[in-house]
Amino acid sequence: MAVRFLPSADSAVIVEFGDRIDRAVSDQVLGLAARMRAADIAGVIEVVPSFRSLMVQYDPLRTGSAELIGTIRSLLTSKSALDRKRRLWRVPVCYESDFAPDLASVARQTKLAPEEVVALHSATRYHVYMIGFVPGFPYMGDLAEALVLPRLADPRIRVPSGSVAIATTMTAIYPLESPGGWHLIGTTPIPIFDTLASPPALFAPGDAVEFEAIDPDTFARIRSATERRDYRPASTEFAG
Amino acid sequence: MTAALKVVAPGMHTTIQDLGRHGYQAFGVPVSGALDVVSHRLANRIVGNGDDAPTLEILFQGPTLDVVAESARIAVAGGGAEIELMGDRPSSLGGWRSALLSRGQRFRVSRLAEASCCYLAVEGGFSVERSLGSASTYARGGFGGLEGRALQAGDLVPLMREQASERAELGLAERPQLGREQPIRIVLGPQQDHFTEAALERLAGEEFVVSKHADRMGMRLDGPLLAHRDGYNIVSDGIATGAIQVPGSGQPILLLADHQTTGGYPKIATVISADIPVVARRKPGDRIRFEAVDVAEAERLRREQEAAFQALVTSLAPLKPAADLDAVRLLDANLISGVVFDET
Repeated sequence: MAVRFLPSADSAVIVEFGDRIDRAVSDQVLGLAARMRAADIAGVIEVVPSFRSLMVQYDPLRTGSAELIGTIRSLLTSKSALDRKRRLWRVPVCYESDFAPDLASVARQTKLAPEEVVALHSATRYHVYMIGFVPGFPYMGDLAEALVLPRLADPRIRVPSGSVAIATTMTAIYPLESPGGWHLIGTTPIPIFDTLASPPALFAPGDAVEFEAIDPDTFARIRSATERRDYRPASTEFAG
Repeated sequence: MTAALKVVAPGMHTTIQDLGRHGYQAFGVPVSGALDVVSHRLANRIVGNGDDAPTLEILFQGPTLDVVAESARIAVAGGGAEIELMGDRPSSLGGWRSALLSRGQRFRVSRLAEASCCYLAVEGGFSVERSLGSASTYARGGFGGLEGRALQAGDLVPLMREQASERAELGLAERPQLGREQPIRIVLGPQQDHFTEAALERLAGEEFVVSKHADRMGMRLDGPLLAHRDGYNIVSDGIATGAIQVPGSGQPILLLADHQTTGGYPKIATVISADIPVVARRKPGDRIRFEAVDVAEAERLRREQEAAFQALVTSLAPLKPAADLDAVRLLDANLISGVVFDET
């Protein structure tokens, strides 16, 4: 699919690379995002990567759509390194029933044992496609095919922060208490969004995430360490 | 004790806002900031502040406040709202002008007659910690502004200055147009190809009404339903402020300052940047007509609006008589309503 430039009036240019969720498309989006940030183009306010497109927000008093599209075109073909090293995160998750309100129903619907659901969920290395919906909410994929389910027919009004959830081909962590329609299969003791941190979200688009099953005692120990700001989840740099 | 405005009654939804929180949408953080950036900036300019100084954004019904400082210079802009002095000699000072208030003065911002929002600025600005680079309140996320929430009775909103500077009070020679009747200009897209021809015609040809489901995130519009060509789910992508997204019901939602950064409904069109403040001023029950323009025209209209703003700022003139509170009060109470200008 050819790259398309779609206007959002005189506020943004949407650079669209595809119409589906796809790792190769995501890499194109994140590559352009990194080059745009590195180029620091006059009049560009910020760039917002999502599954299949990059929204380039601009100040129409400082630049114009036509000029900006020309600049973006030249960056599409240039090759340069990412501005931020990608990180691989290991995230502790308690999948015990008290921490996983929908694990039994997910097991039933997927015709798997709960232990098999947990084993599948924690065996995959996920790609952070984008962050959206609420501050810090990471869309991570792709889920093992056996775990793919539609969203809940009846979304919850309140999902607790830290809930680890699945829906369609994605998994996510709820950073704040919010409404939500995903299946809750575990809880992580670590906060993934903090306005005092820089950047405020633990993961950035393009990072990788693996989940590690922990028991309730470990959950309690990590939670109290995070409350004392005495815990950093393990992460390593990796080549995207 | 530190200088502050004390909240006696908070109004309907009064929050601290500035020009918004830029640079964090990639982490899912909405931009927030003033709904009506033009009135926010004007309020600031009238008291001599820069554009990004935090103001109080007041929705529908104004707060009652006490001055807890040696003196404070305030201004209200937008919405047809006026500053009303309370106490033993109540009087109205009008809007679009600065006023010097002394310690203990109780005042309120009148009911907004003409728009959903107005802005109260104080010389020097409010002193609140910036969260992710901005003082703007994002109430859903619980951060920014004063403890991440709307003002409540008893709050002390801290001021940067203990005392106002010595200078003449300023006012606008002419009340700015709020654009209550003007069409709202849009550019089709980014996903207009997800809609039927009939939907595109209805959008630009028929009338919509702001429903009661309207807040800082956006406004649901009553009126003709907009039909999708095939299905209403798209793979989530970024949302610009002013985007008009259409969920499965066909009822459009016009997204404003606190909107989510990404979403999975197609966006039929986007309001041009110059008209975002204009449409944000509309209240539930107000009518909206859309008019399609192209991007080049949108950019031209924005430059034109900015030139008009600069002309307004240049037109700020000292009020007659000069900045003496009692004189101003006397004038307002006995002679006129509104503002008298030095003609010389």
